[in-house]
Amino acid sequence: MWEKKPILLLVLATCAILVGTIVTMVLPFAWVNTEADRIEGVTPYTALQQEGRDLYIRDGCNNCHTQTVRPLVPEVLRYGDYSKSGEFVYDRPFLWGSKRTGPDLARLGGKYPDAWHYKHMESPRTMVPKTNMPDYGWLSENPLDPQMIQRKMEVLGFPFTAEEIKALNGKNEMDAIVAYMQKLGSDIPWRNTTKTEIVGDLVNPYIGVDHATMESWEDLYQENCSACHGDHMEGDIGPELIGEDYDDEILF
Amino acid sequence: MENQTYNYAIVRSFVTWSMIWGLVAVLVGVIVSLQMVDPDLNFPPYLTFGRLRPVHTNAGIYGWGIGVIFAAFFYIVQRLCKVPLWSDKLAKFQLWFFNATIIASAVTLLLGYTTSKEYHEMEWPIDIMVVILWVAFSINIIMTILKRKDEQMYISLWYMMAAIIGVAILYLVNAAAVPVSLFKSYSAYAGTNDANVEWWFGHNAVAMVLTAPFLGMFYYFLPKSTGVPIYSHRLSIIAFWSLIFMYLWTGAHHLLWTPVPDWIQTLAMGFSIMLIAPSWGSVFNGYLSMKGQWHQMRENYLVKFLILGITFYGLQTLQGPMQAIRSFSAFIHYTDWVPAHIHMGTMGWVSMICFASIYYLIPRIYDRELYSIPLANLHFWLTLVGQLVWSISLWIAGVLQAGMWNAMNSDGSLTYTFMETMVEMYPYWWARVFGGVIYMAGLVLFIYNIYMSVKKGEPTAVQTATTEGRA
Repeated sequence: MWEKKPILLLVLATCAILVGTIVTMVLPFAWVNTEADRIEGVTPYTALQQEGRDLYIRDGCNNCHTQTVRPLVPEVLRYGDYSKSGEFVYDRPFLWGSKRTGPDLARLGGKYPDAWHYKHMESPRTMVPKTNMPDYGWLSENPLDPQMIQRKMEVLGFPFTAEEIKALNGKNEMDAIVAYMQKLGSDIPWRNTTKTEIVGDLVNPYIGVDHATMESWEDLYQENCSACHGDHMEGDIGPELIGEDYDDEILF
Repeated sequence: MENQTYNYAIVRSFVTWSMIWGLVAVLVGVIVSLQMVDPDLNFPPYLTFGRLRPVHTNAGIYGWGIGVIFAAFFYIVQRLCKVPLWSDKLAKFQLWFFNATIIASAVTLLLGYTTSKEYHEMEWPIDIMVVILWVAFSINIIMTILKRKDEQMYISLWYMMAAIIGVAILYLVNAAAVPVSLFKSYSAYAGTNDANVEWWFGHNAVAMVLTAPFLGMFYYFLPKSTGVPIYSHRLSIIAFWSLIFMYLWTGAHHLLWTPVPDWIQTLAMGFSIMLIAPSWGSVFNGYLSMKGQWHQMRENYLVKFLILGITFYGLQTLQGPMQAIRSFSAFIHYTDWVPAHIHMGTMGWVSMICFASIYYLIPRIYDRELYSIPLANLHFWLTLVGQLVWSISLWIAGVLQAGMWNAMNSDGSLTYTFMETMVEMYPYWWARVFGGVIYMAGLVLFIYNIYMSVKKGEPTAVQTATTEGRA
């Protein structure tokens, strides 16, 4: 008889739709982002970090990068400790993403020094030769708008100081996005060392290879090392290498 | 019922504009697929992958998908209810407002005004436009149904009414945000809650926009095209109610292994598998309606599109539940497998039904025969081949990449760096470009064929438009 009564059909359809909605979408609010999953040490974003986050959104970084490490062995080995609900309480919106064209960024904070990020954003292919990530050097040409950022912080209810807002003068979009990336995933003490170091998934593919049969080292150096150690080993982001003599074990 | 009392002008307009937005969606799709293989094709700040990809998805869903839904249901509702549309003026407003909304969306997305929530990227002023649009459409459809002359409502109308309700609830809840300025807002929900709301929306947008209305169209256009009724009315009832009940539980299968509470993930996984039943209920209903009519797969180009469309729907609704299983998701999620899955649904299922619907409508709304059936057949093959090249190459890519991400050495360390896995994708991404170009060639042929039908098609025999029986 609902086939002859459109209003009844609309009411019944609404009920059918609401059952699953209430159970799986409304009810979880009772548990998520409550004291139960709160993590000490997770802090709101600073003004600069929050602006960086908004730029990450504006330029659609989430279309290629995820921000959630799953509790799976290869994933934890590759990216770091798995993500916990309490780490995201200040994220509006969430930025977990759904596709990893590039690597996950949930534990990016502290993985590389700032200088690496500036250089990488300017031209990703100088650091990672075969990447398909576009250049974002143009971000450094755009100054920040401290007034707007203050308004955002007020709407979000995040703490900020007048000095913090004042310090945004003269900063550009690149400064903001780098500050945001350095915050990612670093609120919980999962890295045993506080020292910033390059803990990559880079492994030396030439271990055990007879050096005599290797390709000429200059090409290998240019491809794999020069981005951080300079074209002539003079040092840049990484230390100077001229005159150094390391054993393989220390070197790699 | 006199033919001219029906408002076909509005159907004609929506057909035209949906095709235009469909072409835009596919063209932008080809462009972003090229950006994936050559980063020099990004032109910042406006024309980068990060900004263009939402233009591609939203033009496809809102411009092409919903455009065809508007066209098809303004036709179907008048025919099934045997009365003209409730308000021609409201429909006319809806047409212009629809185009204004799509244009505003494309422009603001390119300018970087985005919420980042997938398939809901548009900022709050455009959310309001979408809501107005949907309300205008809903009122016209429901009011037309209320004053219908045929008491019994056919299956297609159930699906459309459920979708009207579903889209309204989903869109409004997920849109909740606090504005900072005209083009920036912050979600009303934070972190894990936001993720759960977004994928409750995201997956059910697939249900209420890309499934229910298209099933409604399938149930209408298949019997109309073959001339024989749907196999089982009872099966369609069971499939309908179980589909709209079960879909809403499944959103969190997009969030398996994330911090979303485990029990929500488990429910989502269970219901996703159960959804195979109602989905395949409609698939079987379609196949069994072809009993004794399979020869029409050779003779009738409309049937080809419809049956291949429902076949892709069937494959999609098997592959989807498979991906919703935790162990499989652990392996395949975040790889190129996932876009391949989505594109089987959009290029295979949804667009095949769109093409069939428009081919069916043209002689009825323009009183012109199709310009060229051989061209329509060629279009069918280009669509099929383009889609298969697209999806199959990325399924292989996804399995390859997942395998490399998970590969470990005997000492327990990872075998490959991320970049080593990414560079392996390039050949498959090129294959995707190739598949997309084939598909776009088919689409251009389709639009040309429709254009020529309107301009130069033979006038239809008078009785086709007026002697059609009940649905």
